[in-house]
Amino acid sequence: MENNTIKQLSIFIENREGRLDEVLHVLGENDINIVALSLADTEDYGMLRLIVSDPLKAKMILKEAGITSMVTDVVAIKVSHATGSLSSAMHVIVEAGINVEYMYCFANGAEASAILKTDEPDKLVEVLGKSGFAVYKELEAYNANA
Amino acid sequence: MSKIELKDWQEKIRTPEIECISRDEMASIQSKRLVEVVNRVYDNVPFYHEKMKDLGVEPGDIKDISDINKLPFTTKEDIRNNYPFGLRAVPEEQVVRVQGTSGTTGKLTVIPYTQKDIDVWGECLARELTMAGLTKEDRIHICYGYGLFTGGMGLDIGVSKLGATAIPMSSGNTKRQMMCMEDFGATAFACTPSYALYLAESLKEAGVIPRLKIKAGIHGAEPWTKAMREKIEGILGINCFDIYGLCEISGPGVAMDCIHHKGLHIQVDHFYPEILDPGTGTATKEGEYGELVFTTLSKEAYPLLRYRTKDITSIDYSRCDCGRTLPRISTFKGRTDDMKVIRGVNVFPTQVEQALVSMGGAVAPHYLLVVDRVNNLDVLTVMVEVDESYFSDEIKKLDALRDKVGKVLKQALGIAVKVKLVEPKTIQRSEGKATRVIDNREI
Ligand SMILES: [Zn+2]
Repeated sequence: MENNTIKQLSIFIENREGRLDEVLHVLGENDINIVALSLADTEDYGMLRLIVSDPLKAKMILKEAGITSMVTDVVAIKVSHATGSLSSAMHVIVEAGINVEYMYCFANGAEASAILKTDEPDKLVEVLGKSGFAVYKELEAYNANA
Repeated sequence: MSKIELKDWQEKIRTPEIECISRDEMASIQSKRLVEVVNRVYDNVPFYHEKMKDLGVEPGDIKDISDINKLPFTTKEDIRNNYPFGLRAVPEEQVVRVQGTSGTTGKLTVIPYTQKDIDVWGECLARELTMAGLTKEDRIHICYGYGLFTGGMGLDIGVSKLGATAIPMSSGNTKRQMMCMEDFGATAFACTPSYALYLAESLKEAGVIPRLKIKAGIHGAEPWTKAMREKIEGILGINCFDIYGLCEISGPGVAMDCIHHKGLHIQVDHFYPEILDPGTGTATKEGEYGELVFTTLSKEAYPLLRYRTKDITSIDYSRCDCGRTLPRISTFKGRTDDMKVIRGVNVFPTQVEQALVSMGGAVAPHYLLVVDRVNNLDVLTVMVEVDESYFSDEIKKLDALRDKVGKVLKQALGIAVKVKLVEPKTIQRSEGKATRVIDNREI
């Protein structure tokens, strides 16, 4: 069976000046293209989540620069720009009783995507498929804005 | 290598005629030496001459070791006030070396040594290296700093005395340390425990551990815990030992623990310990905690009477399972001046370390305490590193970890603590003395 998930890079970032910039700079310098970015903020630290052109290479590069990151499997759902499209996808997920840890969106021209973290990715893809929603495959997602 | 279990350990004792004698026999050696040293400082060091006169004590009043409480104290301040060589007890031509502190606060402390002082220092270390199972066949990789700091040079002198091979790496450049450790086939290494842990992690990451010949680690110059020792031992498959010393008294090797790890054996034929109530300066009951105070019994160039170390410990005079009668000091509970009174509670950084290590690897035992006063209330913030293996991309899980650390620390310290998680490997690993506490209160 083909992989239903794509690899997301998660980076723990202390809330100190210039740290986010530093991380993005390291990636940029090494030709890692950022497809999607989400920054969750707490009082003391931030959690940077990225979909990039080459997640494993990016992890290595960050490690060399002294930045710890982890690779997490997430599901990227294709949603059209039509009003209510995301809402109906969410409806399907809630109906199926699937727990979503977090979610964020990105758009590339005509295409849009919602990225979801769940511990039941296969079930998620299955119920979405039945309701006509497709998911991104790895390479497709990593090159979504190439 | 693999760690040697206690049941398979073969104890070696370099000088059983000293290390295993009865308390009375030791007291007679100490008494003789105390009388000599008191006469020497009275005659040769104006500072002590004056102090003894002020107390109305003459050398003749000191007949044996039990008279030690008649003598004046020496403090770090006294040494600073007589900087650099005001307390020297021998003519210049007898001095062969000086060593000192890293001087993190205020003036440097610089201590002169005669050749005999160096020999005694080396002999104490040779006894201790033997206690760690090392012989002249061994190669000891020394990654304590060399220079004025006593760590590197002290170990070096001890290794020479033992007749083993010293590999004088000094501190820093971990990549080079790892390469030399492997290439030169070192069988033991010496450095601070925090650097030992860092080095062990780096060696593991680089995958070189199976090719190493290391069997023992000698670590000191900063407080550490049993759990931290076991972590280093586990990663490297070695036996680690806790070494203690201070340059005012000689340097590393004043005391070290044996394989039984039931306190650090003091070389009491040269360094006489007292445990005093830090407030009153009177002796505590045997076995009770108090400030460790040393008198150097054989030092020539820079003898000190009743030097107040500010380290809080207790002492055990019973014969150790290793066979030695050298009394043992317990793990330091802290320092009289590192101790922070926060909301009326005494807090020692070592308690924080112990608590973090007890969590079994969820957080690295690297931490920094920051004390602030907000609206007249003391706030203790503990910054801890999130161990890479426990790192999560879910804020919920990181927050749960933070709360758990907070709970464990509150239990250990008895006060509420604000925990701040920081990125792995961002808290400074020290190669000298680590900064564990920042106190921003203006009191
Ligand atoms: Zn012992």
